[in-house]
Amino acid sequence: MLLFLKGNCMSWFERLRETFIVDGNYKLLFEGLGNTLLITLAALAIGVVIGAAIAVLKYYAEGNPKLRLVNWICDTYTTVIRGIPVTVLLLIFYFVIIVSDNDGIVTAIIAFGINSGAYMAELIRSGINAVDRGQMEAARSLGMSKWQAMRTIIFPQAVKNILPAIGNECIALLKETSVAGYVTVVDLTRAANLIRTNTGDAINPLVLLALIYLALVILMTKLLSILEKRLQKSGKH
Amino acid sequence: MESTNIIKVKDLCKNFDDQSVLRGISVDIRKGDVLCIIGASGSGKSTFLRCLNLLEKPDSGSILFENEDLMSKNVNLDLHRQRMGMVFQQFNLFPHLTIMKNLTLAPMMLKHVPRDEAEAKALKLLERVGLADRAGDYPDQLSGGQKQRVAIVRALCMEPDVMLFDEPTSALDPEMVGEVLDVMKELAHEGMTMVVVTHEMNFAREVANRVIFLDEGVIAEEGSPAEIFDAPRSERLQSFLSKVL
Repeated sequence: MLLFLKGNCMSWFERLRETFIVDGNYKLLFEGLGNTLLITLAALAIGVVIGAAIAVLKYYAEGNPKLRLVNWICDTYTTVIRGIPVTVLLLIFYFVIIVSDNDGIVTAIIAFGINSGAYMAELIRSGINAVDRGQMEAARSLGMSKWQAMRTIIFPQAVKNILPAIGNECIALLKETSVAGYVTVVDLTRAANLIRTNTGDAINPLVLLALIYLALVILMTKLLSILEKRLQKSGKH
Repeated sequence: MESTNIIKVKDLCKNFDDQSVLRGISVDIRKGDVLCIIGASGSGKSTFLRCLNLLEKPDSGSILFENEDLMSKNVNLDLHRQRMGMVFQQFNLFPHLTIMKNLTLAPMMLKHVPRDEAEAKALKLLERVGLADRAGDYPDQLSGGQKQRVAIVRALCMEPDVMLFDEPTSALDPEMVGEVLDVMKELAHEGMTMVVVTHEMNFAREVANRVIFLDEGVIAEEGSPAEIFDAPRSERLQSFLSKVL
């Protein structure tokens, strides 16, 4: 019985070696991990910038008839982008808009960034709206311009309000990038899938793939909760 | 004399939707005045105060602040607001900043005061209100009365020519009202020009040199504290006083 188990274990290790090591397939996984992280972080950066810009623009534009067009553009952007599956967006960008991108990474960053921007915009806007009106009034009464007050008083508090929601958005984004393989990017998912086709071993690459995503998400959650705690220390409200 | 008027308000009107809240208010505020504005809730007194630094945009009339019309289009409102301190009912301290940062942010950003100078001044003022040891704390670590004292200091750090108080003690627990009023009294004795919307009739009687009674968006009566409190002429004021005193 023990011998049988031992034999099974041995053959499993042998299988792992064949799947991941012998042909250097593990390198593929590292490449995929790198690309997944690169796309996620870069898209996140783009998303935050777009989201913050739209949120602030809308804050100014609302109730100002001169900026009605700006308001309309922002609304249209969020409606259109949120109404299209990110995979479709990705394909449109790769095959229609940016046709010269060979490995698809730049396309993926842009597509996921623009997609994320629409969600971030709504998030950040809700964070800004949740800051007490008196904060803006106090800042203005001291002589700050609307922009100075936004930058130093409203925005920092808004970010603190929505940090947990931004964390969720990060996690969603990380997992969404698993469709990047549609446009030839060798991301984590595509790498594992390539190993599966190359070796005929389905279970090991795919389970490992799932575990890597899980680990990444747990790591992100931890980092966010540390960040949140640190921000909480600097005064609650 | 025109030059001693810090604020000159003429025919100020303000509507919210269909409701007219201020219906033609004119008042001159002279340097060193401590003007208390009293009246029932909904009489427009807070709106009037908030119109003075244009937190609320009046619909018509004019507000001259140091001989400049704040309602004209090409006036730099931010610059004028630097010289009009305001204290709010809800304190409105910045919760994400320490007390010290609350006090030095505006002088450093807007008047380009060097950090050490701004902090020295803030600390001196904090000392005067008895809170120098709290400079490193965050607003949420303070009691309501302490918060309001810090809020007064925050406005003073900009070295304003006028201080506007919007019911500064209304959100406080009763035992904390005194500490805030004491700071305001001291300020008044130093000659600060103050416009105070308040329900504290004793404060108005003791500290103000002029009192205005607002009723339904107009000045129903104005005069010295003695005239207002001891010899009210109108029936409205008499009935108001009988309820609050």
